[in-house]
Amino acid sequence: MKDPLVLAGREFSSRLIVGTGKYASFAETRRAIDAAGAEIVTVAVRRVNITDPAKENLLDHLPLDRFTILPNTAGCATAEDAIRTCRLAREAGVGTLVKLEVIGDPQTLFPDVPATIEAARVLVKEGFQVLPYVTDDPVACKRLEDLGCAAVMPLAAPIGSGLGIRNPFNLRIIVEQSRVPVIVDAGVGVASHAAEALELGCDAVLMNTAIAGAKDPILMAEAMRLAVDAGRKSFLAGRIPAKLHASASSPLDGLIR
Amino acid sequence: MKVIVNDEPRELPERATVADLVAALALGARRIAVELNHTVVPRAEYGATALHDGDAIEIIHFVGGG
Repeated sequence: MKDPLVLAGREFSSRLIVGTGKYASFAETRRAIDAAGAEIVTVAVRRVNITDPAKENLLDHLPLDRFTILPNTAGCATAEDAIRTCRLAREAGVGTLVKLEVIGDPQTLFPDVPATIEAARVLVKEGFQVLPYVTDDPVACKRLEDLGCAAVMPLAAPIGSGLGIRNPFNLRIIVEQSRVPVIVDAGVGVASHAAEALELGCDAVLMNTAIAGAKDPILMAEAMRLAVDAGRKSFLAGRIPAKLHASASSPLDGLIR
Repeated sequence: MKVIVNDEPRELPERATVADLVAALALGARRIAVELNHTVVPRAEYGATALHDGDAIEIIHFVGGG
């Protein structure tokens, strides 16, 4: 069954986007990405270590003909810093797709929504395809969609928390109203959380810590791939209504007396 | 002349360009980006972009992140 994720005018067969942080090595990062079946991977933008510039580089392990690189603005607390980071990322030659995150609070890592909207407006005008990390707030998602973001990425729960989807009803409203892909970004802990996101009708899931922080990241990456696939199929198949009481599966006719 | 590269002072020969700095750091083959005094320098302009005493340069690349 052909069921591509259409994002920023491009088709992807995988609905699992993975981060590249917190791994023990670049080799392990690559093995996890392959086990996840991911085609889009997020990376962070940081200063080159100029005292040891010859050090191995992450992109040596991620050929650009195989992976779509999604630079993030992680760590940015102002619209200005996020815009600056995106401009640098684009100049480094990995394309115009960016994950915009402007952090509003260092403890919860919840996004600064007004600053995110402000940065998105500038970046869209400059030709970026913006994927904004945002609270699971339908109004904020609508604003970001209306100003031209290529997707909206509401959080399931705080970054790295592993709490899973804390507000499935908001996500359903966001899915219902959105004409751009809805990508659940952050908060997934286990495979069932990923499946739930897709079952709710979200188009994709983005995760890092749930895989990289697992005891066996490669096995967890595979679990996430299967969960995303299962969740998507479950959504497309159309679920039965949830009911309070039982409804027998076996016929009552022909029972022995 | 003295410039600041990623917050660290660095001595460069007079009339050095961004291309010279990138070459001195052996970063030519890397996917990097350079900012000179807060403005991105396109790769095609490295050779034509002269550096001056007191310039602040940022050189970035990609690292693991979520």
